[in-house]
Amino acid sequence: MLAVMRRDLLLAMRRKTEVLTALFFFIIVTSLFPLGIGPESALLRKIAPGVLWVGALLATMLGLQRMFASDHADGTLEQMVLSPTPLFFLVAGKNAAHWLVSGLPLVVLAPLLGVQFDLDPESLGVLTLGLLLGTPVLSLVGAIGAALTLGVRGGGVLLSLLVLPLYIPTLIFGAGAVQAHTSGLGAGGHLSLLAALLAMALFFAPWATTAALRISLE
Amino acid sequence: MSNRIVNWFKFASPYSFYPVAGKMMPWFWALAAVFGVAGLWIGFFVAPTDATQGEGYRIIFIHVPASWLSMFIYLVMAMWAGIGLALNTRLAGMMAQALAPTGAIMAFLSLWTGAFWGKPMWGTWWVWDARLTSELILFFLYLGFIALQAAIDDPRRADKAGAILALVGVVNVPIIYFSVKWWNTLHQGSSVSLTKSPSMAQTMLWGMLLMALAFWMYSLAVALKRLRTIILEREAHTDWVQNLAEVRAPANLTEVPA
Amino acid sequence: MLSAIDLACTRGERSLFSGIDFEVKAGEWLHVRGANGCGKTSLLRLLAGLSKPAHGEIRWNGNPANDDEYRADLLFLGHHAAVKEELTALENLQLASSLDGEELPEDEAVAALRRFGLQGREDLPVRFLSAGQKRRVLLARVMTRKARLWVLDEPFTALDTRAVQLLGSLVGEHLAGGGMAVVTSHQAIPIPGGKGLDL
Repeated sequence: MLAVMRRDLLLAMRRKTEVLTALFFFIIVTSLFPLGIGPESALLRKIAPGVLWVGALLATMLGLQRMFASDHADGTLEQMVLSPTPLFFLVAGKNAAHWLVSGLPLVVLAPLLGVQFDLDPESLGVLTLGLLLGTPVLSLVGAIGAALTLGVRGGGVLLSLLVLPLYIPTLIFGAGAVQAHTSGLGAGGHLSLLAALLAMALFFAPWATTAALRISLE
Repeated sequence: MSNRIVNWFKFASPYSFYPVAGKMMPWFWALAAVFGVAGLWIGFFVAPTDATQGEGYRIIFIHVPASWLSMFIYLVMAMWAGIGLALNTRLAGMMAQALAPTGAIMAFLSLWTGAFWGKPMWGTWWVWDARLTSELILFFLYLGFIALQAAIDDPRRADKAGAILALVGVVNVPIIYFSVKWWNTLHQGSSVSLTKSPSMAQTMLWGMLLMALAFWMYSLAVALKRLRTIILEREAHTDWVQNLAEVRAPANLTEVPA
Repeated sequence: MLSAIDLACTRGERSLFSGIDFEVKAGEWLHVRGANGCGKTSLLRLLAGLSKPAHGEIRWNGNPANDDEYRADLLFLGHHAAVKEELTALENLQLASSLDGEELPEDEAVAALRRFGLQGREDLPVRFLSAGQKRRVLLARVMTRKARLWVLDEPFTALDTRAVQLLGSLVGEHLAGGGMAVVTSHQAIPIPGGKGLDL
C-alpha cells in the first residue's frame, strides 16, 4: 500500500499543474461569492461555512478523475488489478495519495480563505477540523464514482451527477458544525457525525471502489 | 420440493420470462385501474374536508403514495441489480433497468405534487422540508443511475456498474435522510412542514393506501412493459426474438419491395 | 499447469467463442491464432482473470485461477504500454515490482533494461522514448518479474527484428526453465515448438 502511495505522490509531483489547478479553483470560487453577494460582513460570516464547503466539494470533484483515468489509459491500472497484492490495498493507497494531494491542501487553505469571510478564529478551527474529517470522505466516496465512470462518455459531468448527492451528508454536517458553533450550540455533535461518516467510508468505500474497478476493466 | 425450485429458475432467463411478463401485464393494469378509481373516489369524495387545510390537502392522496413508491422502487431496483451482480444473470439487471425510470417518475411526481400542495398552503412553491429535500436527492440518485447506464455501451458492464451505484445509493439513503432531517430541525425557521400532515382520519388512510396500491400496480405494469422492450432490444440477435410475431410482422409497415 | 475447460466468451451480447478446451504444461506454449475480432484478446483477458467467462472454467495447477496465488505466478502483457510516461524506465520497473510486493534491486533493473538495448536511457522519463523503446521497457518487466505463466497479447508489435529475436529467445529460456506461455501474434513467432489454437 505504501508503494502505491509513493508512486502516486511521485506522479503528482511530476504533474503539478493538475493539482494546482484544482486548488486555484477552490480559491477563485470561494472568492466569487463575496463578489456576487456583497461585502457585508454579517452576511458573509453566515454564508462562509456553506461557501467554503461547497467550494471544497467542487474542487475535490475536479480532481477525482485523476485518480484512475491516466492509469486506465496507459494500462497500468490493468497491471494493478493483476497484481498479487490485494486490490483493496492498492485502492486504499491511491485514495490516500489522492487525499494528500487534493484534500489536505484544501484543509490548509480553508482557514486562510475563511479570513476573507470575517470568521473568528474558533469558527475557523471548527471549519478546518470539519474539512480535515470530511475531505477524506469526499475522496473515498468520489473514488467509487471515478471507478464506475472510467472510460465512459461524458465522464466528468456524469461523475458529478453520481457523486454530488452522496456528498450531501458530509456537506450538511461539515457546514452545520460551524453554524452550530457560531450559534452557541457547540460543534461536537456535528463533528462526531463527520467522524462516524469517515469511519464508515474508510471501511466500505474501498470495497465498492475495488468492485467498480474490476467491472470497468472487464 | 426440488421440482418447485427448478420451476422458479426456469423463469430466470429473458426468453422464458418474456411471455410471462406479457401475460401478467393486463392483470396489473386492471388492478391499477380498480385501486386507482377506489382511491381517488375516497380521496376526493369520501374523505372529510380538513379543518386547517381545507380542500387543498387532497393532493396528499397523490403526493404521499408517490413518495412511498419512489422509495420502495429504489429498494426493489437495488435488490434486483444486486441479485444480477451477485448471480451474474441478465434478467435481474434488465429488471433494475426497467424499474429506474418509473421510480424517477414517482419521485418527480412527489416533488411536483409537493410543490402544488405548498403553494396554496404556505405561499411558496418549494419548501426545504426534510422529506421533500430527501425526495429531491432521491430523484438525483435515480437520474444518476439512469445516466450511468445510458452512458455505458456494453450492457453487461452497464448492469454491473449500475448495481454498484444502486447498492451504494441504498446504503446512503438512510444517511442522507438522517442528515437532511438534522439539517432541517437545526434551521427550522417557520413551522412549515409537509410531514406535519393533517391528523389521519381513517378514511384518509384508506384513500392513501388504495392510491399506493394503485401506483404499485401501475409501476409493475409499466416496468414489465419496459422490461419486455429492453429484452427485445438486448436479445435482438437471438433466434427466439427474431421469430416473435411482433418482430416479424410489424403492424403498419408495408412490404419493402425486394 | 494451465487448463481451460469448455470456455465460452461473449462480448456485449454476442458470443465470440465457445467450447474451448486446452492444457498448457510446463515447458509448453500455446499460440492463439485467428482473424481480427474473433476473440484472441478476449481469451487472453479471460486467462488473466480480467473478465469472467460466460461458461466454463480456467484452472491453474488444478485450482480455480482467480486468486492472488495465481496472479503471483502470472505475467500479462496487453495492448497498452503499461508504463507511466512521467516516470523513468528505471522507476517504472522498480515501482511496478514494489506494487507486486517485491523489491527490485537497481542493478537487476538496469541489467534488464540493458539486455533490451536501453542502456543510457534508464533515467529518462519514458515519454522521451520512441514507441518501440517504450514497448521494450514493458518487455524488460518480463525479465524482472518472476512469473511462471506468461500471457502475452501481440508482444511483437512495434519491435524491430533485433528486439523480436531477443524476446523470442527470452521466451525460449523461460520455457526451458519450466515456464509456460500463451501468445497471440499476427507475425511469425520465433519460438520453437508450441501448440496452436485456432479461434
